Amino acid sequence: MKIGTPKEIFEGENRVAMTPDSALQLQKLGYSCAIEAGAGAAAGFSDAAYAAAGVEVVKTAAALWKAADIVAKVRPPSTEEAKRLKEGQLLISFFYPAANKDLMELSASKGASVIAMDMVPRISRAQKMDALSSMANIAGYRAVIEAGNNFGRFFTGQVTAAGKVPPAKVLVVGAGVAGLAAIGTATSLGAITYAFDVRPEVAEQVESMGAQFVYLDFEEQQQDGAATGGYAAPSSPEFREAQLKKFRELAPEIDIVITTALIPNRDAPELWTPDMVAAMKPGSVIVDLAAERGGNCKLTVMDQKIVTDNGVTIVGYTDFPSRMASQASTLYSTNIRHMMTDLTPGKDGQVVHNMEDDVIRGATIAHQKAVTFPPPPPKVQAIAAQKPKEKAKELTPEEKRAKEVAAFKAQTRSQVMLLGIGTVLMLLVGSVAPESFMAHFIVFALACFVGFQVIWNVSHSLHTPLMAVTNAISGIIILGALLQVGSGSFIVVVLAAISVLIATVNIVGGFLVTRRMLAMFQKS
Amino acid sequence: MSIGIVAAAYIAAAILFILSLGGLSGQESAKRAVWYGIVGMALAVAATVFGPGMGNYLVVVVMIAAGAFAGKYLAAKVEMTEMPQLVAALHSFVGLAAVFIGFNADIEMGRVAAMKAGLSPTLNEVGMMAALHDLGIAGFAEKVAHKTAVELNILKAEVFLGVFIGAVTFTGSVIAFGKLAGKVDGKAKKLPGGHILNAGAALLSVILLVMYMSGAGSWTLYVMSLLAFFIGYHLIMGIGGADMPVVVSMLNSYSGWAAAAIGFSLSNDLLIVTGALVGSSGAILSYIMCKAMNRSFISVILGGFGNTTGPAMEVTGEQVAIDSDGVAAALEDADSVIIIPGYGMAVAQAQQSVSELTKRLRAKGKNVRFAIHPVAGRLPGHMNVLLAEAKVPYDIVLEMDEINEDFPETDVAIVIGSNDIVNPAAQEDPNSPIAGMPVLECWKAKQVFVSKRGQGTGYSGIENPLFYKENTRMFYGDAKKSLDELLTKIPS
Repeated sequence: MKIGTPKEIFEGENRVAMTPDSALQLQKLGYSCAIEAGAGAAAGFSDAAYAAAGVEVVKTAAALWKAADIVAKVRPPSTEEAKRLKEGQLLISFFYPAANKDLMELSASKGASVIAMDMVPRISRAQKMDALSSMANIAGYRAVIEAGNNFGRFFTGQVTAAGKVPPAKVLVVGAGVAGLAAIGTATSLGAITYAFDVRPEVAEQVESMGAQFVYLDFEEQQQDGAATGGYAAPSSPEFREAQLKKFRELAPEIDIVITTALIPNRDAPELWTPDMVAAMKPGSVIVDLAAERGGNCKLTVMDQKIVTDNGVTIVGYTDFPSRMASQASTLYSTNIRHMMTDLTPGKDGQVVHNMEDDVIRGATIAHQKAVTFPPPPPKVQAIAAQKPKEKAKELTPEEKRAKEVAAFKAQTRSQVMLLGIGTVLMLLVGSVAPESFMAHFIVFALACFVGFQVIWNVSHSLHTPLMAVTNAISGIIILGALLQVGSGSFIVVVLAAISVLIATVNIVGGFLVTRRMLAMFQKS
Repeated sequence: MSIGIVAAAYIAAAILFILSLGGLSGQESAKRAVWYGIVGMALAVAATVFGPGMGNYLVVVVMIAAGAFAGKYLAAKVEMTEMPQLVAALHSFVGLAAVFIGFNADIEMGRVAAMKAGLSPTLNEVGMMAALHDLGIAGFAEKVAHKTAVELNILKAEVFLGVFIGAVTFTGSVIAFGKLAGKVDGKAKKLPGGHILNAGAALLSVILLVMYMSGAGSWTLYVMSLLAFFIGYHLIMGIGGADMPVVVSMLNSYSGWAAAAIGFSLSNDLLIVTGALVGSSGAILSYIMCKAMNRSFISVILGGFGNTTGPAMEVTGEQVAIDSDGVAAALEDADSVIIIPGYGMAVAQAQQSVSELTKRLRAKGKNVRFAIHPVAGRLPGHMNVLLAEAKVPYDIVLEMDEINEDFPETDVAIVIGSNDIVNPAAQEDPNSPIAGMPVLECWKAKQVFVSKRGQGTGYSGIENPLFYKENTRMFYGDAKKSLDELLTKIPS
């Protein structure tokens, strides 16, 4: 069968659904490939490159639609394109079926099958064809680059001969794929990055990317992302209030805000209110990745960059992946190729549209003249249900303080008690023992104390040398033997002499072996 | 040399010892710290030798020379894997010396008492001392002669205590040495009666102390030392090999307390100070080791694992073996590697091969680190010393707390000859004998290779579910041979 990719007709769309590389892979699956002339030009793939990869270059779109059994493209088809569909043809593209009902019905009535890349279920097996994630990854990266482009300062803090530059503070709202990509990019550029998400379980992922998770002082059994297929669900009004309050606190010190909060099949929630924008410093930048759905900031103008009265730049572009067309095309075409691999179990160039398969069923929105959207829930649970967290919840500053005070008090109490007991014991001993004993006893107690204080600081890796040294030092017992060796009694002299001998072995052996050991420790 | 100068030298020595221990807080300062210790010791010995009350210089010189020679020979010859044995053997010396010095003190007391009895009771203090001098007493005996009746009684108690601790340290260390050197079976063994025997012997010793103080004669001291010898032997025989780090540091502590007790009996402040330093150091080490195993000091002393509260969790699955090609391929693909060495590495003398492997992997730009459990090996810090000997840089050798969180982001974890310290049962199975013991969570790494001789259980005899996990592959064979074979597959 023949896979064809037309030139994207949507204005400003630079991506292409097939690259020379992916074409080679598709040919290995037994397909022949065709591409409309100039389709890859905007993404940096020339017709010659396609031809070299064995792709037939077709002059016009009409000819391509006619010749291809399978059409792979990026954007949803326009009405004209949909009209070109024919019986038995397979279309693979983004479709957004919930928003494009008419188009979907039109395609179904033509008898074509449609696989919507945006409907690929979020299960582990399907990750390789999850085009939304690959595009979101690019969007997150590009959002930071775009913000940097409009931000007049360094991301990283520097101390230079020409003065000190403070690091930029970046807040990423929504830690989905795009958010995490943005966090990674911002931190690697050197910015101090904060991140927020309504799903507390992503805090770990956020922290693993090097950002600080912004916790709310809010007590609610927070939602479990697993139940909604890994996406966020709408939050309660109280939670929203707490969230906005936290953002208001942060707004004056944040230089760059990147909002990525989207809830499936709804308008984007308003998270960055006009008063927060007003509170930001001039020169700050907001990049609203949710602009297509109305924006997380109501001031955002879709597809435009605006500057507010107080000098805050708000970027509302919706075509971030297209702005990195080469990278986006490479990733998207690989997703398509993986989809084709699953559709071609025999590797013989024949599509087997298996509607029993969770992934294929989930993504198919039209098949055999029927609309098959929405799909039934997948048989495999997308993400394992969240385990009950044993982790102690984040304490408020007051609670922390109270706890510290309590711990301090307990410590004081136990110390005072120990001191008291010690004093009583000392008094008891002192009441019976003669003065000469007490003098030594004081020395002994002080030495124990010094020993405890000193040894706590010895590093773990030096415990063996520590033992060897203390061992050598305990050879100090030689002094006792030396004091006795001058005795007039023969037996005393003999015993003392043996003691001197073995104590010396101990001292010399202990010190030398320690030196040997320590000489081996070296830095890389 | 006057007594004042000797005292000054003692103060200097004590300060140097404290600095010496304090200097061990870092690898670099530790090298200087040893010199403080050596200088302190030299000062103390010199001050004593040239101080008042000395005699028999020839004997002293010969003995010190012989001892120094033997010590030097030992230190030069010992293998780093034999460190635990050496430390234990040296502890036994201190214990034995304490016993001898205690006996001497008792003999001197008897002599002085006999001499005093032979003098005219009408002499005043000064006259008596002069007379005793004529009889030829010096040094320690002279000090004894000065003591009043109460002081003599206290002296007796101190001597008794010093001998007791010294004797326990002596036999205990000898047994520990035997176990560590493999000359005595490492399994926990007890005579019938168990700890009752120890308690009985200790009680008897207390009775003997009372008799000794009330003048029953020197035989009580000797009988007590036999009892103490038995306690030391029996106590350490009853402790299994896995608890050896605690035992060695505990004996270290005892040797210090013995020195301190002898210091009391000889009224020597430097002995007291140094003994107390060593004693507290050993005590803290034992505490740290116990904490690392989540066991109380008492339960270690009382010996052996066991007494589980219920049936252990069933371990399901099977152990999957892998050959060196597989390991080499996985290492080739890995970016981050964590190596967890244990006693098995020491036994197989594999540290050089481990070091070579590390070098080659690091040369390929991989992040290789070592995770050291506090009780890995048979001595506190045992693994650090072995790795240092093999020239593994110490900044990639990390403690459990520093590295445990990094396992989930690690591609490959290699377990070399450790078992209990990587046993997930400690966290997963509340009935496990080691439940609650902090362990290295290596199973969270993407892949785990376990280098191990056979399918048997580890020292504690506990089944290790790690070996049955899906991401675990068993790399059977002697650690050194396996690693050498692996090295041929990873070109430098």
